[in-house]
Amino acid sequence: MKSGSNLEKVLAAGHFAVTAELGPPMGCNMEPVRKKIELLRGTADAYNVTDCQTAVVRMSSIATSILLVREGLEPVMQMTCRDRNRIAIQSDILGAAGHGIHNCLCIAGDHQSFGAAGKLKGHPGAKNVYDVDSIQLVGILKQLRDDSRQQGGDALDGPVPLFIGAAWTPLGDPIQIRTTRLAKKIRAGADFIQTQAVYDIEQFAEAMRKARDKGLHERAAILAGIIVPKSAAMLTYMNKSVPGVIVPQHLIDRMQAAADRRAEGIRIATELIEQVRRIEGVRGVHIQAIEWEAAVRDVVGGAGLLPRPVV
Amino acid sequence: MIIAERKPIEEILSIIGDVDSVLIAGCATCVADCMAGGEREVGILASALRIAAAQRGKQLEVLEVTVERQCEREFIEKAREKVDRVTLVLSTACGVGVQAMAERFPNKPICPGVNTKFLGLREAEGVWSERCAACGDCTLHLTGGICPVARCSKSLLNGPCGGSKGGKCEVSEDVDCGWHLIVERLTALGQLDRLEVNIPPKNWAASRDGGPRKVVKKEYRDEERE
Repeated sequence: MKSGSNLEKVLAAGHFAVTAELGPPMGCNMEPVRKKIELLRGTADAYNVTDCQTAVVRMSSIATSILLVREGLEPVMQMTCRDRNRIAIQSDILGAAGHGIHNCLCIAGDHQSFGAAGKLKGHPGAKNVYDVDSIQLVGILKQLRDDSRQQGGDALDGPVPLFIGAAWTPLGDPIQIRTTRLAKKIRAGADFIQTQAVYDIEQFAEAMRKARDKGLHERAAILAGIIVPKSAAMLTYMNKSVPGVIVPQHLIDRMQAAADRRAEGIRIATELIEQVRRIEGVRGVHIQAIEWEAAVRDVVGGAGLLPRPVV
Repeated sequence: MIIAERKPIEEILSIIGDVDSVLIAGCATCVADCMAGGEREVGILASALRIAAAQRGKQLEVLEVTVERQCEREFIEKAREKVDRVTLVLSTACGVGVQAMAERFPNKPICPGVNTKFLGLREAEGVWSERCAACGDCTLHLTGGICPVARCSKSLLNGPCGGSKGGKCEVSEDVDCGWHLIVERLTALGQLDRLEVNIPPKNWAASRDGGPRKVVKKEYRDEERE
């Protein structure tokens, strides 16, 4: 065991893993987090806590993750390269690990000009950092864990138990580099991979085939991303505007025609899980029910993945 | 080339305030090429300031000078006579030129008339774009001659983030994804396999992060030559 985290144990035991996302609040009130915790409790093996997603200030991923630990849920702390240099990142990782946070997802982070795609103001005038990129961040975490050593070379007083995650956008532009990027992340030390949302099963299966050709599925646990759709408009938006997300027209039509769109969204997510599960090398799913945490239990249950294994 | 852009006239008027005389000091090098602060632009700005002063019923003497390179002390010296005659100097050179003037004329307010933007290339008539971030540790040989530090919005060194779409950056549809360009170029060169190597964290100490930089060529320094 590298970290002893529940997610690591579930994957090591050969179970089909489930992670789900929890977005921290835009404020210091812990109550909304507690409500989400209760909605999500028992639905996944670990819960991603986002790190100022879309470059909008929210409660820190670390602080929110500590609350999850206290409440008995295992977090996957997300860490972006946007806001911290390598000194701050490592310091935060040490503190997080000390508080019992042992899964970390390394990502570049949305650029600060993003601001929730124009829906919120964000901080477009912020000074960004990007001292290291997400692949280098993976390598830094591996060095903290395996060598008890900081990136600069100084020794730590012991290893840092971490289960290291990275993101993969298999259908992103430029697509010819996406398998290489995945390979680099795994070579740097990624133990698990969470993908961008999958809607186009055929194209995702093709990307997985390329990953299998390089044996990448055996070196890291690949969890397919599932975003639970709420409406046809949301699917249309994602298809048009979210990089690397391709939504087949038949899914958009299906949502459009549905009498109960939320129920249909849950059905679509459930079916997607069943479909990605059949693709060789997919070892779990990462479910994002963006600000609709109540849907996760139905989705996971509908896919026959409840209760979650106790390992 | 250093690319600059003239400050808005309102800001310039606010900078010069109520002085009765001003020297607009241009530079005939980079800022002239990017049409921000050469002799021609000095003339235009001088006219604009005279008109603005007249409209406000104020007395303002506006002198003009353009030196070959404001970033070199010997060229600046040629402006001394006019500098002495005014209350304030508005330099339309890059930030280096403004500071060189400030060093040369310690008792004279030297103010910027342009915003110094970046190290760039003229793409087309009236269009300049950033090409170099002067990070002090050039790795263009690894990326097909296209700089990821300057041209990727996140300065990523190991390939594109997940945010590019149709060859454009997530920051704006007007911005090319630097990594998309790198991938295209290396594909054309048959060198895409170069991107399979993991690049370690960069040493930013060679960049501005290491503090103000200095280059000393000892062979040209009398006191340091053996």
